[in-house]
Amino acid sequence: MSKDIRIKKGLNINLIGAAEQTTSKAVLSNVYALNLDDFHGITPKMLVKQGAEVKAGEPIFFNKNREDMLFVSPVSGELVEIVRGARRKILTLKILADKTQEYVTHKTVDVEKSDAESIRSFLLQSGGWPFIKQRPYDIIANPEATPKAIFISGYTTAPLAADANYVLNGKEAELQAAITALSKLTPGKVHVSVGSGSNSPLEKLDGITLHKVSGPHPAGLVGTQINKIDPINKGEVAWTITPQDLVILGELFLTGKFNAERTIALGGSIVKAPKYYTTKIGAEISTFLYASGVNEDKFRLINGDVLTGSKTHPEGYLGFYNNTVTAIPEGDDYEFFGWNKPIFNKISSTRALTFSWMQPNKKYDLDTNTNGEHRAFVVTGRYEDVFPLDIYPLQLLKACMVKDLDEMEQLGLYEVAPEDFSLTEFICISKQPHQQIIREGLDLLHQEIG
Amino acid sequence: MGMKEKLHQIKEKYKGKKMAPAFNAIHTFLYMPNETTHSGSHVRAADDLKRTMNTVIMALVPCLLFGIFNAGYQHYSAINGFPSEFSLMEHFITWDNFWLGAITVLPIVVVSYGVGLAIEFLFAVIKGHEVEEGYLVTGMLVPLIVPVDTPLWMLAVAVAFGVVIGKEVFGGTGMNILNPALTIRAFLFFAYPTWMSGDKVWVHGAKDGLTQAGSTDAISGETVLGYLAQGNTEFTYSLSDMFYGFIPGSVGETSTLLILLGGLFLIFSKIASWRIMLSAVIGSLAMGLIFNGIVAAEWIPEYSKFYGLMSFEYWQHLLVGGLAFGIVFMATDPVTGSQTNRGKWIYGFLIGFMSVMIRVFNPGYPEGVFLAILLMNVFAPTIDHYVVRGNIKRRMKRLKTATIHPKVTDGVEALKTETV
Repeated sequence: MSKDIRIKKGLNINLIGAAEQTTSKAVLSNVYALNLDDFHGITPKMLVKQGAEVKAGEPIFFNKNREDMLFVSPVSGELVEIVRGARRKILTLKILADKTQEYVTHKTVDVEKSDAESIRSFLLQSGGWPFIKQRPYDIIANPEATPKAIFISGYTTAPLAADANYVLNGKEAELQAAITALSKLTPGKVHVSVGSGSNSPLEKLDGITLHKVSGPHPAGLVGTQINKIDPINKGEVAWTITPQDLVILGELFLTGKFNAERTIALGGSIVKAPKYYTTKIGAEISTFLYASGVNEDKFRLINGDVLTGSKTHPEGYLGFYNNTVTAIPEGDDYEFFGWNKPIFNKISSTRALTFSWMQPNKKYDLDTNTNGEHRAFVVTGRYEDVFPLDIYPLQLLKACMVKDLDEMEQLGLYEVAPEDFSLTEFICISKQPHQQIIREGLDLLHQEIG
Repeated sequence: MGMKEKLHQIKEKYKGKKMAPAFNAIHTFLYMPNETTHSGSHVRAADDLKRTMNTVIMALVPCLLFGIFNAGYQHYSAINGFPSEFSLMEHFITWDNFWLGAITVLPIVVVSYGVGLAIEFLFAVIKGHEVEEGYLVTGMLVPLIVPVDTPLWMLAVAVAFGVVIGKEVFGGTGMNILNPALTIRAFLFFAYPTWMSGDKVWVHGAKDGLTQAGSTDAISGETVLGYLAQGNTEFTYSLSDMFYGFIPGSVGETSTLLILLGGLFLIFSKIASWRIMLSAVIGSLAMGLIFNGIVAAEWIPEYSKFYGLMSFEYWQHLLVGGLAFGIVFMATDPVTGSQTNRGKWIYGFLIGFMSVMIRVFNPGYPEGVFLAILLMNVFAPTIDHYVVRGNIKRRMKRLKTATIHPKVTDGVEALKTETV
């Protein structure tokens, strides 16, 4: 039995360069890297030294605040470089991959029979734990907490993002194993959402509460679904995990191997032949980027989708949580009278001489120009049109900006992650950095209240 | 080397210098900046604050043009008598009307923008922030809500007051509590009442043009409201005159038709809040109906000084005075108005309601919309506060129901026993 969730508020951003549903194998990367920024709020303590040989799945560092939470290498090879930044903060760990991969093999776990504690410690030791995130705070889940429910979104609405249905095809066994295991960790339900009318591999799984979601972006964001299904209150914890990461967890349970393989979508108007690639976490992006025909010198390469991803470059590496890489044009050019002439080639949520409302299905080639300068919040009532959560977005943003902890709590900061504000950030006329504001607010709240 | 490259080089050269904001203001007026995103959403929607403000100005331009012609039309008609059979092309859109209107109205526009923008630039340079766009609309609103013969020096003083005290001391565009244009209007009204109210200010030349016109009669420059306030109930102007705007009044607020079109354009373009506009109209109709009811119930005598305005047909309040203009262009100011959608309904309704109430009871000057909006500007944060509290309460209630949810507590027990 499934429940329908219909989202009305939102905005679909149709961009040129959606990945075609064919998958190629990416060229093997020489170097794989873990970008420590992916693990927000984790202070790493190294377990291996520079120059040491590691196997795929072998722990290379742990969480300083929680010693049993291990982070493992995606491949086997030599840890060639520890890139450090200011105050010796570790930024990136680079591993020169072996030609033949060797895996650490854990004792497999019978997910049906295991109890919560053994599943928890298995995940922590095998490096699978970091895939589980929690709300509040949008950080790697605290293993000691008991989540009231686990939420998994199998519905893709973000622009140019990898289609969950396509990526998960044929992975039913892994998904089922992971779901069964995770469901032991919560007394509540495992909520799985799929697009209504789609044929998702997630639909047939056992032990889930299925929801069929329809509507424009951000209907596919797990935060939207949590708010509609079972919103998080103060003192409660919910976990989220993306379905592509369930596959890795599932394989861990079934085979005992940490297989960092992932099917990613490479899209964006810069890419000549956008399509899917199988590669591994931490692979050099250049290993699949140029194969798809990119011959521009200057473009924006994004680890993730255009709304929530992080800036990278062709020599960069696929992020730990990403299964989308996007390349769009840089917009660092001036536009004559760009602020008042009629606009046909950009998306807008207003109709102030902008005409994207006339062709809702037209695909656009947006660049990274902000289309205006940063200003104080002036226009009101616009965010609410694209923000389906029962939260006052403007008021919450302002509470975060003035660091009013009480207001932040009461207005619903526990429920949101920065990505929930990606669309309000997109349409923001004042060009305010919403996701950054929310991230800083979450960090402050975490630090002060814990 | 094109202009684009030249300006870019100057920008790079003066980056971080004192005058950079002033230069940037001119630069970004000509060219949309080359700024790109760094994190968060890598793509952004097409509109910015400049485009938003520009859209409001576009909605105001018809009112300004009409005001220019109407200034001339009212002046010449007051001297020569109103045409018995009115023809738009013959009597209204004429070169004479335009010329007279232009030389009276355009200086007001120039002073408004000149003084206001000068102060904005000054503050931007001193404080080192960008010149913000708020004044673009304020500068256009001010000429439209003052009497035609407003002395320019008074206007300059008022604009300086309004921009500095009404806005900049609060931190600039987006931070102010009172609508700057209305602050300017209120300053004029209270500082120079004889120039801003009464029956001698609404038609060009009425104040001092009598001798020049060589007429023995004084030019009667009354507005419809002023006429009603004296207890009259017979109209001097037809309904269609009131709707099209061929009546005396502040420069840009006489034509209800053009204000309506401007309002529809703002609603269609999603720039201004339709909630505020609609609820303000409902509020003014409600108050008008109450007054009409009082008259119908014969609770006040005919010689009462309120009788004229109270008996004024309730919906016609929207056609005269600044009510429609205020509702469409000033109540909808997003910074000083209510910011929540539910709050907007309450805020708008009270503006309409208060406007008609003040209009009827105001002894000095039979208009109330600007006072009503300023008053509600002050209360808007309170309204929002209670609306937001409602949301918070809902969240708290949810918390209470969640903690007693049997399944959850059962589950926790189950988990505990499992881990033991």
